[in-house]
Amino acid sequence: MAGHSHDAHHDPDLAHHFESADQQFQSAKLGMWIFLATEILFFGGLFVAYSVYRSNHPEIFIYGHHFLDKGLGALNTVVLIFSSFTIAWAVRAAQLRQIKLLKLLLVATIACAFVFLGVKYVEYSTKWKHGLLWASKYDPHVEDHGEAPHGGEDEAHGAAEMSAETAPSEGNGGAAAATTAAGSAGTEAGAEIDSGTQETPGTPETSPAGEERSNIPVAAEGPGGLAADDGTADHDEVGDEPRKAQIFFSIYFLMTGLHGIHVIGGIVAMLWLLRCAFRGDFDGGHFTRVDMVALYWHVVDLIWIYLFLLLYLIH
Amino acid sequence: MAVDTLTVNGAVGVDHDHRESYLTTGHGILSWLFTLDHKRIGVMYLVAILTSFFLGGVFALLVRTELLTPGQTIMTADAYNKMFTLHGAVMIFLFIIPGIPAALGNFVLPLMLGAKDVALPRLNLTSFWFWMIGAVFSLVSIIVGAVDTGWTFYTPYSTTTSTAVISMTLGVFILGFSSIFTGLNFIVTIHKMRPEGMTWFKMPLFLWGLYSTAIIQVLATPVLGITLLLLIAERALGVGIFDPTLGGDPVLYQHFFWFYSHPAVYIMILPAMGIMSELMSVFSHKHIFGYRFIAWSSIAIAIFSFLVWGHHMFTSGQSGLTNMIFSALTFSVAIPSAVKVFNWLATMYKGSIELAAPMLYALSFLFLFAIGGLTGLFLGALSTDVHLHDTYFVVAHFHYVMFGGTVIAFLGGLHYWWPKMFGRMYSERWAQLAALLVFVGFNLTFFTQFVMGSHGMPRRYYNYLEEFTRFHQASTVGSYVLGLGFFIMAGYLIHSLFRGERASANPWGAATLEWETSSPPPANNFDRELIAGDPYDLESLRYEPAIKGWVRKDPTSIVAAEGGAT
Amino acid sequence: MAEHSEGGVHVASLKLLVVVLIALMFGTWLTVSATYVDLGALNIWIGLAIATGKAALVGLYYMHLRWDKPFNAFVFLTAFVLLGLFVGITMMDSAHYQHVIIPDWPNK
Repeated sequence: MAGHSHDAHHDPDLAHHFESADQQFQSAKLGMWIFLATEILFFGGLFVAYSVYRSNHPEIFIYGHHFLDKGLGALNTVVLIFSSFTIAWAVRAAQLRQIKLLKLLLVATIACAFVFLGVKYVEYSTKWKHGLLWASKYDPHVEDHGEAPHGGEDEAHGAAEMSAETAPSEGNGGAAAATTAAGSAGTEAGAEIDSGTQETPGTPETSPAGEERSNIPVAAEGPGGLAADDGTADHDEVGDEPRKAQIFFSIYFLMTGLHGIHVIGGIVAMLWLLRCAFRGDFDGGHFTRVDMVALYWHVVDLIWIYLFLLLYLIH
Repeated sequence: MAVDTLTVNGAVGVDHDHRESYLTTGHGILSWLFTLDHKRIGVMYLVAILTSFFLGGVFALLVRTELLTPGQTIMTADAYNKMFTLHGAVMIFLFIIPGIPAALGNFVLPLMLGAKDVALPRLNLTSFWFWMIGAVFSLVSIIVGAVDTGWTFYTPYSTTTSTAVISMTLGVFILGFSSIFTGLNFIVTIHKMRPEGMTWFKMPLFLWGLYSTAIIQVLATPVLGITLLLLIAERALGVGIFDPTLGGDPVLYQHFFWFYSHPAVYIMILPAMGIMSELMSVFSHKHIFGYRFIAWSSIAIAIFSFLVWGHHMFTSGQSGLTNMIFSALTFSVAIPSAVKVFNWLATMYKGSIELAAPMLYALSFLFLFAIGGLTGLFLGALSTDVHLHDTYFVVAHFHYVMFGGTVIAFLGGLHYWWPKMFGRMYSERWAQLAALLVFVGFNLTFFTQFVMGSHGMPRRYYNYLEEFTRFHQASTVGSYVLGLGFFIMAGYLIHSLFRGERASANPWGAATLEWETSSPPPANNFDRELIAGDPYDLESLRYEPAIKGWVRKDPTSIVAAEGGAT
Repeated sequence: MAEHSEGGVHVASLKLLVVVLIALMFGTWLTVSATYVDLGALNIWIGLAIATGKAALVGLYYMHLRWDKPFNAFVFLTAFVLLGLFVGITMMDSAHYQHVIIPDWPNK
């Protein structure tokens, strides 16, 4: 295109199809905001699933959230908020060509991200140990029949308590243990999993507490491995496990898992930024890349703010 | 593959004159696969989606052949289930959703803006690579046993069937990113790279079409992404969101799925309508009628498209209240579409109609899309939908809008921009024949299906009652005629690449900016900076017989003043 | 307070970044504390309101929307509007047929 100041086109950072650095910068920004909008809608689907299940079965969430450690959740929240601060500061540093500071802040942000992942690892492994997993693998460990799990407030201590206490031993727990191995072949999991149904076919299902929960008749013949209810469920008031309790953990793992994948993505992006910083890419004051990654990282933080509230802080 | 042929012989459009164009700058397959040139990306997409159309078409012909007789004709019932599923999945995700935006939009959009490229060329290439990767996963699925769930992947069957659901849904998931990136790019480009003089309401209407499509691509596709991810998680991990035996809800899947898939059909039709506006004006040699109405109706359709998804779920167990809301909203979404149709007709009125191949397709669109749109109203009304849901009436309806609408408009656009893209004219005679065969074949195939459906013939059925046999046979014959039409089309188009008459810069007499550069364009699009005038001011052009093309009466009117940098 | 980079783009002051950090930490403390106070159905809404306030702070100041072209914010908000539509209709629909599945719903 004719008629431009030559200076603009000698700037190696200005792509040939843009007329000015500002046009290029604004284009990148708009593009990133559109991408972030897609991320909101992507995660949003999971929030829809959450909302539907929580509004229709609040008891599942009230029960399930006791197994989440509020303290660790709050710690992660604080860590991510702090990392948002460091990366926002990093953008400022890049804008002002404070390269050493920029590198430091990027490292700080990455460190926070790793702390976050570490805490998540602790949480996940605790759950794994106690069989508090998503639907088909939901198998709260039965060590001793007849006792309900104690809703451990603090998972670090709860770990010790869990091994001493047990989940109610309805057909749920025992049968799930038997079928999990078979069911984890993968694709046919749904068909083989214990639905938590008990009693004889054709009669309405009842919860451990004996109330009628549904008028959908039980399958005439369950998949192999189902143990009949032996009625040994304990009716501890606090820890009564509602039907479909496993849905809470499905939603928990889906939401935090997808979020975790995005945290990892953010770490990769920030490592790339660090490499760029060491190569001197930001020496000339071109901070767009930092700004873009920072925007992404803030959304990761934002999503966690809502996840923390909705999963951990259920009243 | 056509792409290789283009480069091996020193590229099409280059004869012994060694004429330089975007087709000749850079040689070898890598110069194409790693290109940042939107024109090359557009051409690669064109080859890719046409190949997909061919594959989807083959599946369609197999389905129709099986349906020649009740009971088994050429395949088992299980194979049949796979055939219609693959036909749907390939046509929708590999062909029609990327279709016009990727193959024609990528090429034309920057040119219409007088720009050198889209705003984010690397993202554009990434979008293409994602398409390729998604296509590979889909092919893998087809090879290892395919899918038999129907393209809608409804639970609980899709979570329990033993067919290759995961690889197919993974493929579609990746294709979704391709779509999102294309839409993102177009929005940014249109916002940030319009030339001097081109305010929003001076843009060609094709760009309004692409813009409103992009809005939907960007907002709706992520929901498809999460839906498919949940489906994969359900199959692989048994998370139980949609599985009643695990405490899930299968109707929730349908809400998730249709929240994307309804807006998706507007991703299909909006660019087609954009093409229609261009064709109607140019081939009536008349300014488009009702520019602002057409522009705003595109945005209206994009917004409304998000409000009607439940009309796919009237018989699913959705509540009565929800049914009523969605039915009422569905009626309203027909209005902006109708606004467009009336404006196109008004454009033709007292115009100087030229029945060139692109116009034949545009006229077909008017007829076929009108039928498709009107039959949508039957389906939008609760009382009639109860009887028509899951019958051939639905199949006919969506083929009339998707094929009779989108594909026909795509063919019109392809024939319209073919000279610009490849610098060659195709044989008008053969093109007219193909258009006729497509029109006749299409109606024979699908009109019979309206009748069948209203008589109760269910869709996706392998077997059927004797009374439907002659309808099915007529429909199948129609599909063969369609096939013949496309075969002829492929023939003369490919022939034109090698032997076609060289095209002038503006063979049709259009006033949009892509015609202000050579056919095909040079790599950097324009050799001068342009300012935009009225994109439908056809009076500003005159025909120059010596070059068999149109030129501006006042060539300086659209060129930026020297030294006048913005 | 308002610095600008060489390209004329606004640079956030460090003081502002720190103030927002403190506000976010306070918001977090507030949210957690609120769960210890029983306000019934109101709890979730209070929590959401605080979370949204935090999100607004992050969006406006950390993500620069305060000084950016308004269209960027519009794009982002549109996603939330659409999400609201999706959640709202789906929840409404699902609530309507729960009584078919669970006889005494919503009483447990």
